[in-house]
Amino acid sequence: MSAAFAIDLTDAETYPSRRTEAWKYSDLKRYLRAAPEPSGTAEVGPPGPFYDLGGEAIVFANGRAVGVTDFIASGERTLRLRYVSDAVGTGHTASARVSARAGAKLLLLETHEGAGSAYVAHNTLELDVAAGAEVTRVVLVEEPEDAISIAEAHVKVEAGGVYRQTIVTTGAKLQRIETRITHYAQGAQVQADGLYLLNGARHADLTSVVRHVEHDGATSQLIKGVARDTARGVFQGKIVVERGADGTDARMGHHALIASERAEIDAKPELIIYADDVQCAHGNTVGTLDESALFYMQQRGIPADEARALLTQAFLIEVIDRIEHEGAREVAREWLTARL
Amino acid sequence: MTLSINNLHVSVGDKPILKGLTLGVPAGEVHAIMGPNGAGKSTLGYALSGRPGYEATGGSVEWAGEDLLALEPAERAAKGVFLSFQYPIEIPGVPALTFVRAALNAQKRARGEEEVAAPAFLKLVREASKALKMDFDMLKRPLNVGFSGGEKKRMEILQMALLEPSLLILDETDSGLDIDALRIVSEGVNALRRPDRAMLVITHYQRLLDYIKPDRVHVLAGGRIVDSGGPELALELEAEGYDKYLSPVLEGAA
Repeated sequence: MSAAFAIDLTDAETYPSRRTEAWKYSDLKRYLRAAPEPSGTAEVGPPGPFYDLGGEAIVFANGRAVGVTDFIASGERTLRLRYVSDAVGTGHTASARVSARAGAKLLLLETHEGAGSAYVAHNTLELDVAAGAEVTRVVLVEEPEDAISIAEAHVKVEAGGVYRQTIVTTGAKLQRIETRITHYAQGAQVQADGLYLLNGARHADLTSVVRHVEHDGATSQLIKGVARDTARGVFQGKIVVERGADGTDARMGHHALIASERAEIDAKPELIIYADDVQCAHGNTVGTLDESALFYMQQRGIPADEARALLTQAFLIEVIDRIEHEGAREVAREWLTARL
Repeated sequence: MTLSINNLHVSVGDKPILKGLTLGVPAGEVHAIMGPNGAGKSTLGYALSGRPGYEATGGSVEWAGEDLLALEPAERAAKGVFLSFQYPIEIPGVPALTFVRAALNAQKRARGEEEVAAPAFLKLVREASKALKMDFDMLKRPLNVGFSGGEKKRMEILQMALLEPSLLILDETDSGLDIDALRIVSEGVNALRRPDRAMLVITHYQRLLDYIKPDRVHVLAGGRIVDSGGPELALELEAEGYDKYLSPVLEGAA
């Protein structure tokens, strides 16, 4: 189906460096010169943040499937997709395939749950959204500060399909979360949101490529991020409107806060339009926490750290508020709040 | 209990703004600070509340037995210092109720008191907002975002009523208010007058003092208190302006 995934963890020749334009802010080769030793087996620990929402599960432990790797949804379903890593200095690849049949409604609750240290994880997902199907994908990513991880998802949306995703991550040593979404037929609706909250020397790279091939598709993207300390946040968002994809409505926004002088945000929003009759807009802002607001809050008795956390949450929560499914939204909200 | 400001010097950046300000405000009294633009009125409010960038380079400020200048802004708030902003800040994403409860409980924690649980807090807010003729639903909205000038000032008064500060500093509270809003806000402030609470009302115009009657009026010019008197001083200033104090301003600036 989709184009092949970019990276083969067993072959260091496939690791991109910053000389590849799409990887210039996330130089994998610099962090990973040789293919890592394969990870051993791992126990799957606690049931994961979405357990209470029920449904079925695909679980990988250090790349090994605990049960099935494929899932086909019809009717209304909930699937928890868990990529569990617990390794020290080794690497693993996990590959899942999920599809929603015509008219199906799927809640896909994905978690990247990392323990151990200095592992390399490569997690891939192929996702098909059939005509008239509706998929909501919420992704929570928590990994050790010295882990390297590459997550790649290829999503194909058919006529009238609805695909919404929200990625919430706290980064890693080098972390790339890439999504390629294709509006394969007319009238698909895509929401491609995400947020990153980065402390220490963490790095997170949210990259997405959304292609409009057929007409009357809509894409809405809101990415927000905060980089503290010496962290680095990367957003690369590309929306391509192919010739003939008239009636496309595409909106992209990336807004970030730099919370320290040594933190860095790199943003590359791109709209590439070959069609004539389209509505496209993008906005990109990088700022700092509002000093007046911080003082105001402190003046009313809220200590500086708490004031910063409140303002940071207020800034990021807009992304969480856009999660359509209430149960998933509340889990994501609590997850984020606990990490402020 | 008295707010004792002694020979206070405050600089903003490299620029000295307050140059030896001395002032005493006993609990139970309302003192007005009047003065021309640029005299340092707002600087005084910020210096007392600890705004970053307003550096005390000399002198002392004491309230409730504490050296205020040694405390962080939030610690000062927990000691009862409340600065009502001339232009209250909008805080998108933080509902007014959430904000006020966070502030109240942070102060209580700092004082070693028990926090207020949500139901009790809501009851307090309902009563206080009723007294100020505020729509309770407005408090579910992000703090001050899209509020009118009058609503923002009422929100400040509501916070005063809930946080119960002992030292209230009102910075140009009348700016941006029409006469009806001014009356409501003033009534709110007057309701807060208490024997154990000191108030400092900073204003350019005498108008506000028709509604909030001061016990003492001080003229701030050139970074110092250059004149003090009873309420009649405010009326004189209204009639005569600040001209007679302007030469010290020039000297001070030289």
